[in-house]
Amino acid sequence: MANDDIWILGINMTKFGKHPNEDVVDLASEATLAALADAGVTMADMGILAAGNLMGAAAGIGQQLQKQVGQTGIPVFNVANACATGATAIRTVIMAIKAGECDMGLAVGVEKLSGAGMLGAGMGPAASDEWTPSGRLGAVSGLEGKLGTDMMPGVFAQVGMEYGHKYGGTSFELFARISAKNHSNSTLNPLAAIQKDMTFEQIMAEPMIAYPNTRAMCSANSDGAAAAVLVSGEKLRTLSKEQQRRAVKVSASVLTSDPYEEGCQILPNVNTLTRNAARQAYELAGIGPEDLDLVELHDCFATAELVHYDNLMLCPEGGAVDFFESGAPFRTGSTPVNVSGGLESKGHPIAATGIANIWEICHHLRGEAGPRQIEGAKVGLAHVIGLGSACGVHILEKSGL
Amino acid sequence: MADQIPLVDYLVLGDSPHLVANECTNCGARYFDRRNACASCSGLTFTKADIVTDGEVRAFTIVTPWVPGAAPYVPAVVDCGGTSVRANIVNTEPDAEHVTLGMKVRLTTFPIGTDTAGTEAINYGFEPAN
Repeated sequence: MANDDIWILGINMTKFGKHPNEDVVDLASEATLAALADAGVTMADMGILAAGNLMGAAAGIGQQLQKQVGQTGIPVFNVANACATGATAIRTVIMAIKAGECDMGLAVGVEKLSGAGMLGAGMGPAASDEWTPSGRLGAVSGLEGKLGTDMMPGVFAQVGMEYGHKYGGTSFELFARISAKNHSNSTLNPLAAIQKDMTFEQIMAEPMIAYPNTRAMCSANSDGAAAAVLVSGEKLRTLSKEQQRRAVKVSASVLTSDPYEEGCQILPNVNTLTRNAARQAYELAGIGPEDLDLVELHDCFATAELVHYDNLMLCPEGGAVDFFESGAPFRTGSTPVNVSGGLESKGHPIAATGIANIWEICHHLRGEAGPRQIEGAKVGLAHVIGLGSACGVHILEKSGL
Repeated sequence: MADQIPLVDYLVLGDSPHLVANECTNCGARYFDRRNACASCSGLTFTKADIVTDGEVRAFTIVTPWVPGAAPYVPAVVDCGGTSVRANIVNTEPDAEHVTLGMKVRLTTFPIGTDTAGTEAINYGFEPAN
C-alpha cells in the first residue's frame, strides 16, 4: 500500500426505509458509530468530518452529529450536492487526506424522506391578482405542467426517451424489465426499503407516474444514513493486519459537473458528466469497464439505469439495450448492476445514497455480502448523479492482503 | 380583444407568435433566461435570435398529475432547427400512441387565464404538424 493511496477503513449503512422514531441526527449517529466500530477507531482519530443532509442543508448536520458522537474540534465541511451529496462528502475527505491535512477522516450522509412525494421544483409563486413577470424567465405564473416539468420522474423519463430516440430499441416494457431485475435483486438485501419481487407485468400495471416510469420504476423515498472512515495508505500500514485485510482501496475518486452543451439548460444532460467521470476514473485506477465484478449505478428511475450502462462504458456507445438484453447486468451476468436492489427498491435517502452504494461494493469486496455475495469480487464501481448536476464515480478494489 | 401578456418573456405574441432566445455573439449558444454571461464561452454580449416555430420531438414524458381527475400533460424537448425548446405537447391525446419520438410539431399559443385587470396570459406549446 503506497503512502498516498486512500483506503476505506470502515463503512456502514443503516436499514433504509421508514424510521418514524429517529431524527436525522439519530440516523447519522447510528451509521457513524457503526462505521467507526467497523474501522476499529474512534472519533478521536478523525482529522476531518464531511457531512451532508440535503433537505436540511442549512442546519449543519456535521456539527449536530458531533454534539452526539464526539466534539473533537476538527474541521467540519457540511456539503450539499443534490443526490451526489454523499459522494461529495467522501470526495472531500479524500482530498483532505491527499492534501496531507490529516491521515484519517469521516464522511457521513443522512436523509429523512419517507412520504416526501415527487421531488423537483415547486409550483412557483401563487398567481397574484395581476400577472406580474418575475424571475429569470419573466414568468407570470408557476411553470410546472405549463411548460414541461421539473419533477424528477418526468425529467428522468425524458432522459431515457431521448436515449431511445437517439439509438432506438427502447420501450415501456424494456424499462419495466430493467426495474424487475432490481426488484428481484432486492429480495436478497435485508437493508432495502422494499423487498418485493415484481414481474415486469406487475411493474407495468403499477400507477403511471411519468411515462414510461410507473411507481415501481421510481426510487423509493426513504429514511437512512451511511458513513465511511477513510485513511491514508501510510497510516493504514501502522494499523493491525485485520484492519489492513478488511480495508478497501479507493482506486479512483472522481467528481464532475456538467459541461455546457446545446440543450443542457432545457433538459439536464446527465450523460456527458457521467461519461467524463467514468473516463477519468478508469484512467486513474488503471482499470477498464471489462474488469468490473459489480457496479452500483444511480437508478433513480428505471429510465436512468439504461443510459448509465452506456455512460459508464459498460457497453459500446449506443449499445445499452443490447447490453441489457444480453443478461450482462443481471446477478448472474458478466457485469452485475445494482445487486443491492438499486434505488428503486433499496431506497434513496438522498445524501446517504452516495456512501451507501460504496458500502454495497465494499461488502462484496470484503466477502461479507451473505446470500447476495458476488463470488470472488475484486473490483467494483459506484456511481451517483445529482441533478444540477454533479456526478461521483468511485472505483474500489479488494485489499491484496 | 383583451390585453395579453406572455407566460414567459421569451414568447413573442402578435400575428406570428414565436420564441426569441438570447444568443451569445461570440459562440452562438442560445438561452431563454436572463443572462449574466455565456455558460459555453463566458462571453458577455448577447443578441436576440428568433427561433423557428417548426420542430421535432426529441424526448417526451406523460405526467400523471397529483390532482385527481386532472388531465395528464406531456412535457417534451422539441428540436427547433437545432435549438432545444422546452414545452408541453398539446392538441392531441396525451398517450404514447398519439405522441411519438421524432414526431413533427409546430408552435401554437393559447390563453391560460385572465387577471383582475382583464389581461389574458398566453402560453405556448407544440401541436402535431400533420
